[in-house]
Amino acid sequence: MSVTSPVSTTAVRATGIWKVFNEGQANEVTALQDINLTVEAGEFISLIGPSGCGKSTLLRVIADLTHPTKGSAEVAGMSAADARQQQRYGMAFQQAALFDWRTVRRNVELPLELQGWSKSARAARAMELLEMVQLADFAGHRPWELSGGMQQRVAIARSLAVDPPLLLMDEPFGALDEMTRERMQNELLRIRQETGKSVIFVTHSIPEAVYLSDRVVVMSPRPGRITDIIDVNLGSRDEDTREAEAFFAGVTAVREALRGRTGGSAARARVGEV
Amino acid sequence: MSGRLRAVWPPVLIALIFLSAWQLLVVVQDIKPFLLPSPSLILGNFFGDFTLMFNAAIYTGTTAILGLMFGTAVGLVLALAAQRFGVVNKLITPLAAGLAAVPIIALTPILNNMFNITSRTPKVIITMIIVFFPVFVNVTRGLIQVQPVQLELMRSMNARPRTVLRQLRIPNAIPFFFTALKIAAPLSVIAALVSEYFGGPQQGLGSRIASSAANTAYGRAWAYVVASIITGLIFYLIVLAVERWAAPWTGRARSA
Ligand SMILES: Nc1ncnc2c1ncn2[C@@H]1O[C@H](COP(=O)(O)OP(=O)(O)OP(=O)(O)O)[C@@H](O)[C@H]1O
Ligand SMILES: [Mg+2]
Repeated sequence: MSVTSPVSTTAVRATGIWKVFNEGQANEVTALQDINLTVEAGEFISLIGPSGCGKSTLLRVIADLTHPTKGSAEVAGMSAADARQQQRYGMAFQQAALFDWRTVRRNVELPLELQGWSKSARAARAMELLEMVQLADFAGHRPWELSGGMQQRVAIARSLAVDPPLLLMDEPFGALDEMTRERMQNELLRIRQETGKSVIFVTHSIPEAVYLSDRVVVMSPRPGRITDIIDVNLGSRDEDTREAEAFFAGVTAVREALRGRTGGSAARARVGEV
Repeated sequence: MSGRLRAVWPPVLIALIFLSAWQLLVVVQDIKPFLLPSPSLILGNFFGDFTLMFNAAIYTGTTAILGLMFGTAVGLVLALAAQRFGVVNKLITPLAAGLAAVPIIALTPILNNMFNITSRTPKVIITMIIVFFPVFVNVTRGLIQVQPVQLELMRSMNARPRTVLRQLRIPNAIPFFFTALKIAAPLSVIAALVSEYFGGPQQGLGSRIASSAANTAYGRAWAYVVASIITGLIFYLIVLAVERWAAPWTGRARSA
């Protein structure tokens, strides 16, 4: 292994991660138990599981927003802390978390501003990203003038601003209606196609996980752990995908895995075949 | 424009009806001015002695502005300290509440003795004390009560605490700051005015109200009251205008 080639084909590597809240107290919670997960560069991974199973916690450990009790997370071949400091990931949350005192464009500029980009360079980059999420016309608007879906698109543009190789998304479409949600899913896939990013995507929706992902990571609560990883092979997605045989097979496989039936493997085999 | 007119005429109409009823009551019942002077008497005094009114308002208004400025400055500095150091917050908040609970009526004679009574200083200090509290309490809350997700976002972007303060906490506190100012600005006029009842220079609104009433010039005393109300309103409207200009996002539905 050469020291001069820091380029890694592994986007994220989680090794033996434990997270225990309030350790040693009466309200102790083991949010994560021995999580091992590798995400290859360019891969789209969904985390799915019942509420409280530790999806957000896992994402926050990878983002270095919280420290694991045990184990470690690596992003782009470096420690999670270094990756955060070097802005090797972009993050989007269920709440768009836009700043009301900034225009839409200046919200997208925020990460660039923190990186010390010049005014004109960051304005140009922000406009490029707003074009990508089809909100260029709203650059001068204030966040509250936008619908929930539009706000979420701004948040996604912001997470892409520094062009990080990895996107961490915690239920970004959770607050949207079904129609908007499907449109946003297609948009996210298109953006991912255009940019080649790796994505870790937390969701409660089985169809959403299957539609978007290369692999669906199924988790179970108390203690939070990975119980199953389901490969999805839908090829390039379009509107027909949602009605395709393989899509339903994937949905069934994930649903069964969530119910804790290892019989999911039969359905899983079909996902690959069809 | 027609929208603004529509917003203005109902209170104007109500005021006119109210004043007419008042005038009618005083005339018909022949109420003596020391009980209740008629609006025409008050307004006659107000416009008749307009220069006097204006000068008194300027004097008291200047005290109020000085107190408002210094009180706001102290409130802001302490709020920043309280956000930065939890200890300061725990120390100052009860102290500030205690200070705010001291009635200015009790404090004024004492401060008049401590400082030169003929100067404006004791009155400015009284006003400062009154103004400081709402500013401190509200701004501290605005600096601390930031959406957790926005804090996480800043951390994910590797923002330093100073950047978080400048880009998130301070803008977040601005609506709180204006809420405080909307309370503090008219309050500063009241504080400046009341502090004049305890001696010192005689050119302010408070002194004039007191001396006019003592000289049985009730119409004029009330005219000074009108001048005080107008001064307080002007203070409030200035804050409102500055808020519109400096923080156009306040009062809007917040985005998620
Ligand atoms: N800061 C914290 N302090 C204590 N316990 C916490 C904390 N954060 C999370 N937990 C606990 O850890 C567990 C996992 O929480 P987490 O937010 O990761 O779940 P989740 O899978 O994202 O749930 P949801 O789908 O509802 O968002 C929960 O039991 C929760 O109560
Ligand atoms: Mg969560």
